[in-house]
Amino acid sequence: MPRPEIQAPPDVFYNEAEARKYTTSSRIIEIQARISERALELLALPNDGVPKLLLDIGQFSFPLCSSGRLPEDMTPKNVALERETEGDLLLADMGQGLVLRPGVIDGAISISAVQWLCNADKSSHDPRLRLKVFFGSLYRCLARGARAVLQFYADNVKQSEMIVTYAMRAGFAGGVVIDWPHSSKAKKSYLVLTCGAPSLHTSLPKGKGEDGEICSDDDDGDSSGQDDDRTVGIYERNRPKKKQKIKKNGNGKEWLLKKKEQMRRKGHDVPADTKYTGRKRKTYF
Amino acid sequence: MRLLTHNMLASNVRGVTSGYPLKLEATNWCTKDVDLNADFIRGLLPKIDWRALVAATRALNLPELLPEEQPSEDEIFAEGAVNVEGSAIRRIHHALLEIHVQQGALICPESGRSFPIEKGIPNMMLHEDEV
Repeated sequence: MPRPEIQAPPDVFYNEAEARKYTTSSRIIEIQARISERALELLALPNDGVPKLLLDIGQFSFPLCSSGRLPEDMTPKNVALERETEGDLLLADMGQGLVLRPGVIDGAISISAVQWLCNADKSSHDPRLRLKVFFGSLYRCLARGARAVLQFYADNVKQSEMIVTYAMRAGFAGGVVIDWPHSSKAKKSYLVLTCGAPSLHTSLPKGKGEDGEICSDDDDGDSSGQDDDRTVGIYERNRPKKKQKIKKNGNGKEWLLKKKEQMRRKGHDVPADTKYTGRKRKTYF
Repeated sequence: MRLLTHNMLASNVRGVTSGYPLKLEATNWCTKDVDLNADFIRGLLPKIDWRALVAATRALNLPELLPEEQPSEDEIFAEGAVNVEGSAIRRIHHALLEIHVQQGALICPESGRSFPIEKGIPNMMLHEDEV
């Protein structure tokens, strides 16, 4: 089944029938709840007992906590109204910039919404500009030291890179945490962003999945399948190349002259050695 | 839409330098009781723009609800104030969390653009020429 973003713009795709799935299909609700819980886990809100003001962008996440939330819903469908969310709802287009004044939000999550910014659904839309405006406004309205966790589905590496690039340009620190990177079905990417100077507390959390920690070769002793082993998430793990690339690292002028001499001894017709032999050429690419 | 949310909203129309605070016009609003959590109010207070909150209550024809000047922290979080009828903390709680505007509009102070509120949801979407 083709991706939703390819089928139609969000205000067309999420019509009555589609939106209804988010209120009545228990499977979809369960999936959304799970992703939301993980996003909140990654948000790592301080456990100081003070309820926080959270912004939920795209509002397809399951309402989980009773802290005042201001979900921002991009589609006209009143999905969240039907589920009686506890926070207030706003209808806005995230690509136009968040409509909040600076420094008011203690944290932000988004489930499966950011990738819609990469699509130009109207001729006036410029995805790059919309991403820039979105991340810029998100940075502004987050309180200092606050985090944003945005779960997204990137169509390809380029899209993923574009999203991360514009987030970094806005001033955020952070990166992508990938859960289950080796499973095409279960794989989930979370863009974890921090507002403010990076510190010990803002090191990137580990993604869930198979082993493959970049720093050490140790396995967890009791690897009972996918649950235990962790992987450090930097998006798109570099796969080891199958072919060895032959580089000219050890082959300088000396080697070249030796080779030419060898060929001459064999009897081949070899051009004379001049000052141009083995000279470093200008790169053409 | 609660007044807490209204306190956070700003207009992002192109060319507007400070689209805050949005003027509130309400044709239909109601109240819903919510348990008072003093810690929540304590955490919220630094973020609240008092003048905007007071202006919003005036717009709803509730001039006596909140004073012009923000009360001191000592007064708001005084021992036992939570249980006193009409205490500062209860009024603030009521204003921020218990009033729900169902129908109305939010007006940008600079451009005059009106954002409608329907079924309690403000529609902040801009037209293409306003972005």
